[in-house]
Amino acid sequence: MTALGRSMTDSATMTRRNLRHALRYPAMSLATMGTPIILLLLFVGVFGGALGAGVGTGDYIDYIAPGIVLMGVASGCMVTSVSVCVDMTEGIVARFRTMPISRNSLLTGHLLGSVIQTLISTALVVVAAVALGFRPDASPLEWLAVAGLLTALAFALTWVAVGMGLSSKTPESASNTPMLIQFLPFLGSAVVPPDSMPAGVRWFAEYQPFTAMNETLRGLLTGTPIGNDAAISLAWCAALGLAGYLWSKLLFRRELTP
Amino acid sequence: MTTNPHPLAIEATGLRRSYGDTVVLDGIDLAVPRGSIFALLGPNGSGKTTMVRILSTLIAAGGGTARVAGRDVAAEPDAVRAAIGVTGQSAAMDGLLTGRENLILMADLYRLGRAEGRRRADALLERFGLAEAGGRTVATYSGGMGRRLDLAMTLVGQPEIIFLDEPTTGLDPRSRRTLWQIIRDLVADGVTIFLTTQYLEEADQLADRIAVLDGGRLVAEGTAAELKRLVPGGHVLLRFAGPAELDAAARALGAERSLHEIRRDDEALTLQVPGTGTRSLRAVLDALERAGTEAAELSVHTPDLDDVFLALTETTGTTGTTGTAGTARNGSGKAAAR
Repeated sequence: MTALGRSMTDSATMTRRNLRHALRYPAMSLATMGTPIILLLLFVGVFGGALGAGVGTGDYIDYIAPGIVLMGVASGCMVTSVSVCVDMTEGIVARFRTMPISRNSLLTGHLLGSVIQTLISTALVVVAAVALGFRPDASPLEWLAVAGLLTALAFALTWVAVGMGLSSKTPESASNTPMLIQFLPFLGSAVVPPDSMPAGVRWFAEYQPFTAMNETLRGLLTGTPIGNDAAISLAWCAALGLAGYLWSKLLFRRELTP
Repeated sequence: MTTNPHPLAIEATGLRRSYGDTVVLDGIDLAVPRGSIFALLGPNGSGKTTMVRILSTLIAAGGGTARVAGRDVAAEPDAVRAAIGVTGQSAAMDGLLTGRENLILMADLYRLGRAEGRRRADALLERFGLAEAGGRTVATYSGGMGRRLDLAMTLVGQPEIIFLDEPTTGLDPRSRRTLWQIIRDLVADGVTIFLTTQYLEEADQLADRIAVLDGGRLVAEGTAAELKRLVPGGHVLLRFAGPAELDAAARALGAERSLHEIRRDDEALTLQVPGTGTRSLRAVLDALERAGTEAAELSVHTPDLDDVFLALTETTGTTGTTGTAGTARNGSGKAAAR
């Protein structure tokens, strides 16, 4: 078997392992889906009236839903840091390392397993948003673009989460750090337009990666203008993914040669 | 590969490793023939695990060379990995999966194919008495069951050399014996076992050859019988009812010319008289008789690996001075207490 074939077989085995974990212990996957849905209920049902008046464009749920979907992707990916950290602190990784298997298959398994889970949970978040009154007007092509953007984001954020998991000493800390990223969409254009924020925050909100993605997603789903936000979003995904990948690779190699 | 099998399963020359300024392994040479059990014996922190980690390609040596299954561990780690199986100290299982799923995971990683993987997993569950527990998640397993599954996972790839790092630490006597039998059966099938342990009984029971590691150096190597010969013969241990009796007996025995190097422990109220033959025993009894005193308890202690271990590893820093075995005070007391 060629090195590539070997690596693919091993990665598939590791991905199956990862998905089996998720099927057996669905609590964590459900929690990652639950948070965005609860926040959606909160923002639409409780704050919706006041916020909607401030935003002032039709139904508030149409404004906030794209941000909630992004949050769904972020929280889905971030769980990976916990499972990676748990793996690294347990003896099974030492066993994998003494076996004649592809070295990177463990991380690839986490990555693919997490992306698959995230896309499923995100799809369910979209369904929940629609059930609560979200009315996207996207064409099939636009839906395809939405799926593409979310997949790219899922890959990028999962690599970052893998790095976080590798750099955490304990599963507890691995579950805390990603919270920052999970709520980052809120410090952008997810809930209210950045124009309404104080100067310093507004500057951050305008330039942070989730804002461009939020605007792109909102444009695709509800027809607001996108401009160059699509290109910026993809650039962010590429940059975050590459940085996360290189960081993870470095940490994993260091882990291999203590 | 169709080359002749290398006669040595494991071969290390001048192996070194340090962590920061701490030297953990300070020039280890060893050779393990195929199909034998080799035990690396040493106290906690002596470098046993580091040795296993280097030989099993987990970490690199700081110096020296090591060949496992005829392959250099640094140059051809994948070839070494294909020949070995490792059961480390900490449980190397996936706690979220069942026992059977763990074995199938191993089979998949060895690319055995679905049917063969399942067949081997079930055969191993049967062989290790885990057939019933195979459908339960590993998190529910007892310590002994966990160790058995851990070893079963190591065997899925049918390794020719198996590293067992303290395989029975923390197990109850029955589980320990079960594991010993499994290990003997493996060697009967031609597998080479490299075992680390801090239990002398384990090394005595299982190993063809034993090396004693202390402070990063091998302080002795040989068969159990050879090692036992390193410490001077056994002794008679006398325990007295009180300090007065101890004093009287010590004086009387000290006067005996044939009895030298008597060791006295005022706290335990014991005297240790070297020699286990009938002659020295008679001399002891005669001396006690003459002094008009009596020992509350008398036991004859033949040397075992405990004595060797304690004598060789007691004074870290001045390793290799086997002649100082006679000064292993605490050691003999502990050994006698067993």
